[in-house]
Amino acid sequence: MATTDNTAEITAPARGLIALPQTAARSLIAVGAVATIASTFMSWTYTADFPGDLTYYGSPAGLQILDLVAGALTLLFALTLFDVRGLRWLNPAGATAPVALAAASAFAVSWFSAIAIAVDLKGLVALDPGAYIAALGSLIALVGALALPSPGDTFKDWVSKPDRIPAAQQIPGWAERLVITGATAVALIVFTYGIGVDPDASETFIGYLLLVVLGTWALQSAGLFDRFAELNARHKGFATSMAFLAAAVFPFVENNEHNANLGVNILVVATVALGLNIVVGLTGLLDLGYVAFLGVGAYAAALVSGSEFSRFSGVQFPFWAAMLTGMAASLVFGVLIGAPTLRLRGDYLAIVTLGFGEIFRISVNNLDGSSGPNLTNGPNGISMIPDLDIFGFNFGNAHDIGSITLGRFANYFLLMLIITGIVVVVFNRAADSRIGRSWIAIREDETAATAMGINGFRVKLIAFALGASLAGLAGTVSAHVGYSVNPAPYQFAGSVPPNSAFLLAAVVLGGMGTVNGPILGATLLYLLPEKLGFLKEYQLFAFGVALVILMRFRPEGIIANRRRQLEFHETDQLDIPEQGLPASTVGVTKAGA
Amino acid sequence: MTTTTSTSPVLEARGVIMRFGGLTAVRDVDLTVNTGEIVGLIGPNGAGKTTFFNCLTGLYVPTEGKVSYKGKVLPPKPHLVTSAGIARTFQNIRLFANMTVLENVLVGRHTRTKEGLWSALLRGPGFRKAETASRERAMELLEFIGLAHKADHLSRNLPYGEQRKLEIARALASEPGLLLLDEPTAGMNPQETRATEELIFAIRDQGIAVLVIEHDIRFIMNLCDRVAVLVQGEKIVEGPAEVVQADERVIAAYLGTPFEGSPGAEELAEVEAAEATAGDDAESATSKEGTAQ
Ligand SMILES: Nc1ncnc2c1ncn2[C@@H]1O[C@H](COP(=O)(O)OP(=O)(O)OP(=O)(O)O)[C@@H](O)[C@H]1O
Ligand SMILES: [Mg+2]
Repeated sequence: MATTDNTAEITAPARGLIALPQTAARSLIAVGAVATIASTFMSWTYTADFPGDLTYYGSPAGLQILDLVAGALTLLFALTLFDVRGLRWLNPAGATAPVALAAASAFAVSWFSAIAIAVDLKGLVALDPGAYIAALGSLIALVGALALPSPGDTFKDWVSKPDRIPAAQQIPGWAERLVITGATAVALIVFTYGIGVDPDASETFIGYLLLVVLGTWALQSAGLFDRFAELNARHKGFATSMAFLAAAVFPFVENNEHNANLGVNILVVATVALGLNIVVGLTGLLDLGYVAFLGVGAYAAALVSGSEFSRFSGVQFPFWAAMLTGMAASLVFGVLIGAPTLRLRGDYLAIVTLGFGEIFRISVNNLDGSSGPNLTNGPNGISMIPDLDIFGFNFGNAHDIGSITLGRFANYFLLMLIITGIVVVVFNRAADSRIGRSWIAIREDETAATAMGINGFRVKLIAFALGASLAGLAGTVSAHVGYSVNPAPYQFAGSVPPNSAFLLAAVVLGGMGTVNGPILGATLLYLLPEKLGFLKEYQLFAFGVALVILMRFRPEGIIANRRRQLEFHETDQLDIPEQGLPASTVGVTKAGA
Repeated sequence: MTTTTSTSPVLEARGVIMRFGGLTAVRDVDLTVNTGEIVGLIGPNGAGKTTFFNCLTGLYVPTEGKVSYKGKVLPPKPHLVTSAGIARTFQNIRLFANMTVLENVLVGRHTRTKEGLWSALLRGPGFRKAETASRERAMELLEFIGLAHKADHLSRNLPYGEQRKLEIARALASEPGLLLLDEPTAGMNPQETRATEELIFAIRDQGIAVLVIEHDIRFIMNLCDRVAVLVQGEKIVEGPAEVVQADERVIAAYLGTPFEGSPGAEELAEVEAAEATAGDDAESATSKEGTAQ
């Protein structure tokens, strides 16, 4: 509701601006932002029934914290218009779009909160003065933003980057590293906040989404993300290690076991999605049965884990051996499935892989001793898988590091993070090599690729096998994290991840062929249903709608591939000059043409 | 290089037949290309020239016939043909659109490098060395065709003429002994066509034999030592360019003077006559036709 309101408001001045002197407009934004900030220190409602308990004076909570951040962001962007020294970097072009988007984020969060309180509780009477001030303040800021010089006639102009952004001031190398560190820390805080939102407080999570989407959009339209990408490119190794460090810090700052478990599961699906990205994103093979390889790895690890439900209950491999077993089993399955199917192209391959994926699940379901040989214990699966023990470090126990206690899931999180790191390195190195180029060549044009001497079948089989063994690797850990394995999750589509459709969506939504894309995609797809519990049976529907919207407006995924970005930036070269054939040079024209 | 008289054949196609169901696109064609030669392949549209190329390079498995390269019979597998030493370009440009210009050429190096997945993952010194060597060679080729300054552009963003040149560079990257060019100047302006001529001569001078399909007769005349003419899948004439150009069967095939069983000669004459009587008439005529329908 709140969002549609604000879209309408933003579109309005495309037709005619709100006529106000510029100084007045800027001041309105600043005043509105200050009012919004102030309101978050007041009570918004008088009962503690509303999620987050917004009844206190002097200490913002839940949605109020989010509104505080949105208000502060608006104020900062407003100040950039006053030429405040030291803030120029925030909005180098002095553009309208970031200010408008920041104001929109404050407006969206305030109004969403006010409306949610009124709807959840007993109508408008439930609102305390603080909520009115937040709503009014953010409205004033938005009106002020709409009175700023119009960046163009369409809605799109109001929300996109200006064409020209002045080059940023040069800062010394150490300062650049400091910026990277700071930004990574902010990202960690934002992520940890999101994951820590109480699953019953869906209102807070929606507010969080509004703020994150509009806020990052504001920063993006100010050109800050491009600038950050430049910095990252200049300090590549440093940036990567910072990202991993931030991820490693996560279990230390988040000591809630449930949330740490979420983190482990996100890492598992992100890793598997990265493996799938080799097959789908780089090689262009649509594999609809990929989740089966995760299952093969998990089952292989479960069988040699020493669980009493395992067919080989006496056997307990050390972790490294179990890991290799899982990888090898998936590799073998990958080759077995790939060898006959990879001679097919396009839709046929998709259908056959879909079939093989289902065959895996159904076979596992039936290998229970009654309808087939006993191997997997049928639908009951293999349970009571013991915790991992690496060199005497038991993953099931809590360990104290200094004053911080790392619980079971935190242990697995750190292990999984190492595995994700390995998979990222494998992905990057493979992609940037002779073999990776031949994968991309096959994706682009298989006929031309074979005519360039690439043995299509062989190269595709390598991609398939590598992707499969990476999924198997993730599977070995996931079997231990979850205590048990059973056939149910390894299906094509379902409401619970991981399933093939989910993994595919993570890759496509996040950005095919990139490293960050599938990780971000898997995170979003895992976290959103978890936190938006009120959607219940409409989850798949909402997922479908989100997919359609994203594919309509950003077909390249949230994080665009470098190649696709190039494509983006060089559009001016796309116009191929019309080169007609001057009659004089054509001895024999194409007869009949 | 010298156009040596020692005529060792690079390519020998013997009795190549290609049938698609009831249609015989290539009928029993023999063709030889010798070292240091530039051979032209011409013929009207649908004559089967591209199909013949596809038979040579293994994209199609010929219904009958044998293709050998430097005395060895080639298996009909495109990648094996390329690693044997035959490289080609395509009539309808088939670059890797979303790869950069440099990467396109690097893909062409595929058969001349052998770093597999393991060496890519381990990144030993051998891998780095091979990778730099490949890049250097690719840049040399880009300089050779004059596209070095666009090495980092996406190939889809290049103008048409440069895309055709890039296809040639990509083919040369496989260090071929024979280069097959399918209409390399289609869509080019006169200057570009002339530059392409120079380029092909330079390629020949590196010791690479060239077989080129082209509709531009002047281009073929300038370039080729020998020309073969395909009509309806059959090779009707082969010989020096001047001889072929004067051959009446060739003229008949192109201009449609009635020869055995060729239909539609009258219609063709009519069309030619209509084309002669200026554009204005034609325009009004078509508009009338349009309203009549
Ligand atoms: N894969 C195929 N299946 C069926 N028919 C085909 C196939 N490929 C080519 N043909 C037919 O073979 C004949 C020869 O086509 P080809 O493309 O070789 O002609 P061409 O000489 O290259 O003509 P152009 O000058 O227009 O390029 C045509 O009638 C075409 O329709
Ligand atoms: Mg052709």
